[in-house]
Amino acid sequence: MKSWIAFLSILKKDISTYYLKPPNISWGIIFPLAWTLMFFIRTGEPIDIKGILPGIMGLSILFGTTSMLAVTITFERRRESFNRLLLAPIDLNLLMLAKTSGAIIFGVANGFVPVLIGAFLVDLGGVNWPVILLGVLLISITSTFMGLFIAVGVREVFEAQTFSNFFRFPMVFLCGLFFPISNLPIWLQPLSYGLPLTYGADFLHEAINRTGMFHPGFSLFMLFVFAAGLFIFSIRNVKKKWID
Amino acid sequence: MAIIEARSLCKKYGDFTAVNKIDFAVEEGEIFGFLGPNGAGKTTTINMLTGLTRITNGEVMINGIDCVKAVKNVQGIIGVVPDESNLYDELSGLENLAFCAGLYGIPRPQGIKRGRRLLKQFGLEEASNKSFGAYSKGMKRKLTIAAGLIHNPRILFLDEPTTGIDVVSARQIRNLILDLNREGVTIFLTTHYIEEAERLCSRVAFIVEGKIRHLETVEKLLEQARKENIVEFVLINKKALDREVLQKEFPETRVEVKGNRVRILTPQQVSLKPFIDRFTEMDCVVLEARLIQPTLEDVLVQILGLDTSGLKEVE
Repeated sequence: MKSWIAFLSILKKDISTYYLKPPNISWGIIFPLAWTLMFFIRTGEPIDIKGILPGIMGLSILFGTTSMLAVTITFERRRESFNRLLLAPIDLNLLMLAKTSGAIIFGVANGFVPVLIGAFLVDLGGVNWPVILLGVLLISITSTFMGLFIAVGVREVFEAQTFSNFFRFPMVFLCGLFFPISNLPIWLQPLSYGLPLTYGADFLHEAINRTGMFHPGFSLFMLFVFAAGLFIFSIRNVKKKWID
Repeated sequence: MAIIEARSLCKKYGDFTAVNKIDFAVEEGEIFGFLGPNGAGKTTTINMLTGLTRITNGEVMINGIDCVKAVKNVQGIIGVVPDESNLYDELSGLENLAFCAGLYGIPRPQGIKRGRRLLKQFGLEEASNKSFGAYSKGMKRKLTIAAGLIHNPRILFLDEPTTGIDVVSARQIRNLILDLNREGVTIFLTTHYIEEAERLCSRVAFIVEGKIRHLETVEKLLEQARKENIVEFVLINKKALDREVLQKEFPETRVEVKGNRVRILTPQQVSLKPFIDRFTEMDCVVLEARLIQPTLEDVLVQILGLDTSGLKEVE
């Protein structure tokens, strides 16, 4: 019971201090809106909104979640206020889950902003929304834990942001968000299969348009494996580097 | 029974040994001081005791709980006040305390109630709804101490609680520490202020370069020093005073020279006249001559032969 009170205290504090701030909220709306409009205006003609929707959802979740960990983790660590959390009688795994839950929730919300925009433009009937929600949740968890892995490995906020971009921007092109992986040069394709967002994007393509490469169960399994692996390695890094 | 026991406690960073096999025990209800210059290993020791830093070798038991094997159990009964005030600038004083209470599993309504009580006790009631970032340094320090107490810990670790804050706030904090101890809280305090250790602590461990050089009650330390009489002369001298020359003049005493102050330490009472006469012959004017009560600094110099420039006098 005490642990859950601590969990909720940390989550509530992070949400009110970091996530429910105007710059953060506007980022969550403007970012997907800008990408949607870019595609729309680029072609100068009606585009397959449903076709690009999975890509924009994936993009929104990726950028929304990974940006925040630089602040909630690295910044607090730098300021030594994170030590206050390490000194509390809360299990380290639960502590880091509490610190990342805000980003996960924000990521899920971010993921559905393009859906809301898209709903005004096309008919999104026939889409299995519970399945979409599951996919969005797992993509959000995996992206958040990727951000966590980067945030605990660096000392400064700018380092966290730099390394995040090192992963995030290539993933825009490598993960099958807006064109199939098979369109990539053959020597680049193995790299795509080593990135978690590939499986998230494929899951959404399959769920929305029935154009996925993999079985949805396989994509969900891979997302789970990536999420677990990134979390375990992050905790290991905290124990090794922070509690030294 | 000791509430804190450290045996052969050691911390190494690569080839550098920050804390070198120290042993000490803290009795329940006492104020135990760790006194030493910057870089002596005081903060590293506190970090090992509280679980923020891994112990390289050795053993720490707090309230009978092994700190290495069950650090989370230990953290439930201790409060820690770090040397930096590390609360959240964006939250108000009361919100900070309520949040800290939540970290220890205290439901919010109770956390708010305890927070209000502590804010009143620490004289911060009027600033309870102001953001922490707007607090003065002294206020931040007090709130950080309050945050360390929100869950009613049995032991409070204070890492240099009055460093860098104004004299008035420092005095208030020292009085608060004494009040807390009277209420039954065991206090482990690190400081590089000699006088603070003397005023607050029942026992003091002197730590230098990672080793405990001496550990004793303050009373016994001062008793040792009181075995000597100390007379201090304040002079106006045209030439620099040579300690060696003065020592040769008065071989039955111990002579210390600091600028224009000369201290004569003797095991028995002495007449001042020979000294005044000699200073006059040396072309010095004696402005003041007084009997000095020995302080902890005198003990440090006497017992340890230490240069106390790394340790400070409280203003």
